[in-house]
Amino acid sequence: MLEEIPMKKSLKARNNDIAKTARQMEILSSGIFATGELPTFAAKIKETHQFPLRPNKLEILQINLGYMCNQVCGHCHVDAGPDRKEIMTVETMQQCLDVIKTTEAHTLDLTGGAPEMNPNFRWFVEEASKAGIKDFIVRSNLTIIRANKKYYDLPEFFKKHNVHVVSSMPHWTRGKTDKQRGDGVFDKSIKALQELNAIGYGLEGSGLKLDLVYNPSGAFLPGDQQALENDFKKELKTAFNIDFHSLFAITNLPISRFLDYLIASDNYEEYMTSLVEAYNPSAVTNVMCTNTISISWDGWLYDCDFNQMLNLKVASTVKHISNYNEAKLQDRNIITNQHCYGCTAGAGSSCQGVVA
Amino acid sequence: MSKNYYDAADLRKFSKITDWSPELGNKFFDYYGKVFEEGALTAREKSLIALAVAHTEQCPYCIDAYTKDGLQRGITKEQMMEAIHVGAAIKSGATLVHGVQMMNKVDKLEM
Repeated sequence: MLEEIPMKKSLKARNNDIAKTARQMEILSSGIFATGELPTFAAKIKETHQFPLRPNKLEILQINLGYMCNQVCGHCHVDAGPDRKEIMTVETMQQCLDVIKTTEAHTLDLTGGAPEMNPNFRWFVEEASKAGIKDFIVRSNLTIIRANKKYYDLPEFFKKHNVHVVSSMPHWTRGKTDKQRGDGVFDKSIKALQELNAIGYGLEGSGLKLDLVYNPSGAFLPGDQQALENDFKKELKTAFNIDFHSLFAITNLPISRFLDYLIASDNYEEYMTSLVEAYNPSAVTNVMCTNTISISWDGWLYDCDFNQMLNLKVASTVKHISNYNEAKLQDRNIITNQHCYGCTAGAGSSCQGVVA
Repeated sequence: MSKNYYDAADLRKFSKITDWSPELGNKFFDYYGKVFEEGALTAREKSLIALAVAHTEQCPYCIDAYTKDGLQRGITKEQMMEAIHVGAAIKSGATLVHGVQMMNKVDKLEM
């Protein structure tokens, strides 16, 4: 039996209106953006002649193995949770493997949900690692490692395949972490980090990469990534003897559960204003959709994981992994909307942290 | 025009101060920006000082701004509250220390 973190249900399971992507798009295109109080993202990037956004060299293939998760985090842009049954099949995984063998991308980034909950996760990692990809990332929520006996050996499995572990940790204090990610998440995450450290992950000079992801726990933007990393390193080392390599500060995008939270807490307009005011044109140049292709659990292709959650498939004749063609895909315009302000605020934001 | 003396949305218009006096306004914002850069004190320490002063000055705009700034920097609510107590202690101490003046005056006037 999987030990679940005390939680709510996903928006989808609650039949929440915001679970519908069309409703999210409607919210993002109306209100303060329709009245002209704030400029649309397209208008903003036109100011610096960056519209339409086009891909640069492809560096990252990000594969979403499914929306199932043992947590229901308050800010989750995937609306993941135990009640989500969308899981990548072996057939789609095989199609991904065929692409991994030929792609020019140097990084493979597995995400979810909790990717480890896909029953074919280990087989997929074993097969993908044979392709000799340079940087092989698994985005682990940490608590999965402690959720059930069948996951206890995940750290060793990661080590065997030299997987680069990237894990969420919104704060070094229990209260802030549990408020965003669920009661008990902090203690389990600490234990999982200690286990990863024990086999060499995250230690200075170690080739076993362990990075943390920081998401603000509310309607505010992340502060300076380096300053946050320094604080996290000091606090986690002092209190729990935990080591890690880098901290990625990621801005919460106004979609899915975080959008629901922004509206319910009456923070939506102020948050969008903060994003627009912090707009940084130099972040646009390196925004992650310019070097990433996102693949959904059912094989569709997207400019990024956020566009995937908004069901904005790539504007290309190639839209599915089954007829993947990198050259054709790279010759496309990237689909943008107001949520993209989340990736261009301040020092910018991506799955690899700041970009500017 | 708002019917209230304070409107939270006015904070966003702060930069418009430069409209009616660009030279002085810009000098102020340049100075302001420089003050909050990392220096002998960290930007984090300066944010906490600003939060405490925002309270002693009872400026609602500054309180909103530096509460948000603190959260962005990962400052905890316990740290923010302690900073405010520092401001409150100085404010009440400043009131009370004037009691010495009262005592001096009483001693001078009374036979």
